[in-house]
This record gives sequence, C-alpha cells and structure tokens, in this order.
Amino acid sequence: MDMRNSDQTLEEILNLAATQFKVPREKLTPDDDFFKTLGIDSLQALDLLTRLEHHFNVELPDYELQGVSDFRTLAGRIQARL
Amino acid sequence: MKNYKGQSLSWELRDGVVEVALHREPCNEIGSLTLEELERFVGALQDLEKDAHALILHSTLKSGFCAGADLRELYQRTQEMDQADAAKGVRHFLERIHRVMNVLDAAPLTTIAAVHGVTFGGGFELALVCDLIIADKMARFCFPELRLGLIPGFGGIPRLKRDLGNGVVRDLLLTGRSFNATKAQQVGLVSQVVGEGKALRVARATAAQLKKFDRRTAIAAKQFIKPIPYEELQREIDIFCELFTQPAVEAGLKKFVESTNAQPYLP
Repeated sequence: MDMRNSDQTLEEILNLAATQFKVPREKLTPDDDFFKTLGIDSLQALDLLTRLEHHFNVELPDYELQGVSDFRTLAGRIQARL
Repeated sequence: MKNYKGQSLSWELRDGVVEVALHREPCNEIGSLTLEELERFVGALQDLEKDAHALILHSTLKSGFCAGADLRELYQRTQEMDQADAAKGVRHFLERIHRVMNVLDAAPLTTIAAVHGVTFGGGFELALVCDLIIADKMARFCFPELRLGLIPGFGGIPRLKRDLGNGVVRDLLLTGRSFNATKAQQVGLVSQVVGEGKALRVARATAAQLKKFDRRTAIAAKQFIKPIPYEELQREIDIFCELFTQPAVEAGLKKFVESTNAQPYLP
C-alpha cells in the first residue's frame, strides 16, 4: 500500500511538472490551471499523464481526468488510486 | 525505388532494412497525402523486398508516432459534398488504406513499429500491422473513435482481436481510454519497452538480429502465426460506413475541428 498523503502527492506532481516543463517550481501553485501555467496543449498533457503514471506506478484512465485542469484536483484523482 | 523523400514520409534501404520515417506535422495525421505516399511505398515494396529482410516504421516527430486519421481534412471534405457522396468518399478512402495495411501486414519481411508518444487511432492501427512493436516508455496507445460516434476504420479491431484477448480489446474500444507502454506490454501488445528516445535504436538492433535467420523460414513462420482476418476487415469497413452517416459523427467531428479547447486529444 502506498503511504503518501494528499499533500505529498500534490507536492510530487508540482515538482514533476516544474521539472518536465521547465517552469520554476515557485511559480506553480496547487490551484493553477496547468494548461495555462505550463503552457501545454493536449498532446503535452498526455505526456504529463504518462509521466505521472510512471512516477506513481498507477493507471490513470483518461476519462477520470475529464475536465481536470488544476493540480489539486489532479492530485486528488491520483491519490484515490494509490 | 530504394530511397524516397516525400512530404509526409520517406524511406530508405540500408543494410537489408527498409526504414520508413513518418514526418508530417503536427503528428503524422493520415489524410489523402499520407495515403498517397503510403500507396507509393507499398508499390515500391516488391522491389525493396528483394534486398531486405526487415522493415522499420517510425516517426521523426517529437509529438509521437501518429495521431491517426486527419480529422480536419475529413471534416472539411465532408462539408463540401452531400451526405451520399461523403459516404462514398469515406468508403473509397477506407478501401485504399485497407489495401495498404493488408500489404504491410503480409509483407515477406519482418516488420517492426518503433513507436513513441501518441500512437492513437489510425496510428495505432498502422503499428498493429507490424510483426513487432517496440515502444518508447512514453508511448500511449488509444482508440478514441467512439468519442466521434465511430469505430476504428483502418483495420484496428480485427488486428487487435487477432493479437490480444477480447477483454483488452473491449476495454480499449469501449472506454476509449489510452494505455501507456508498460500496460501495453503487460497485455501482450508490445514486445519491448525501452527508454525515452531509444525505440529506433532498439528496432535497428532487433532488425540486425533477424538477418541471422533464413528468410524463407522467417516468412513461413510469419504466414503460419499471423493470418490476416480479411472477412472481419471487410466487415469493419461496412460498419464504419454505416455509422458514418449518423448525425453524431458530424457533430463529433465539428466539435473536434472547431475546438479552441487545449484538450482535443483528451476525453
């Protein structure tokens, strides 16, 4: 069983997104719209999805992410699968 | 023609390996131009086969292997004609792409798809005609067609059914969700998962290994293990064309094409 709590999951997502899309970590906040803050399109969002699956070792079906655009909600969806 | 450089794809023969590179921005969408060049390639294949033992299909674009059919072209063309002509045009396109896919599927070479990034819809179907799929760890596979009110139309379901358990096929088809490369390997779709940017290199190493085997034996083995489901492929075209005339399809295509949302490739 994964022992991460929600805050840890959120922090890891923010760190991963900052590194991957070369955005200073301090510029990212949990309620940011990641499409806007990271400046990514849907193809890059799929790249992020794949990296998150690898990082957390979970499957994230696309339909669970429907309408999700902020880091906090994304973290909640991932946390629910850990 | 041993080498060719086109607008959407190129090929070259080197050391007994035919390498086909897809390079049409933004993500190798398959429209009329790509189809014409694929037809040109399968026309040249008979000559290439004489000096080759393997074929590698890959993309030079960062975005991925192939995002599938060119939906923008499909939508624009259907808007320019009445429904009956649009349906005829779609059937004609499908019959042509099926001929290409069937030739690639049956080619007397060992064929390898080296995929990365987006491998969706028609791109997934193109990979499925190959004997082996070598996937970059960042590859994603998906059949999103149900979102448009359609089924895959380039031979995807019969070929996936040939290769995988029906439960996995239903999952991919009916949920429209995408799989990453690790999952794709777990279900038996992908033969090797490799690091980022390494798929082509590994495909080349695999092709070099294949050269050690007697070619006639390799062809016999392939024909025995990989029958082409012609009847189901024809049925797929028929079902696709029946569905294509439904109003939901035009609405789905319109939504995709006119979307200003950053998420057209997401559900």
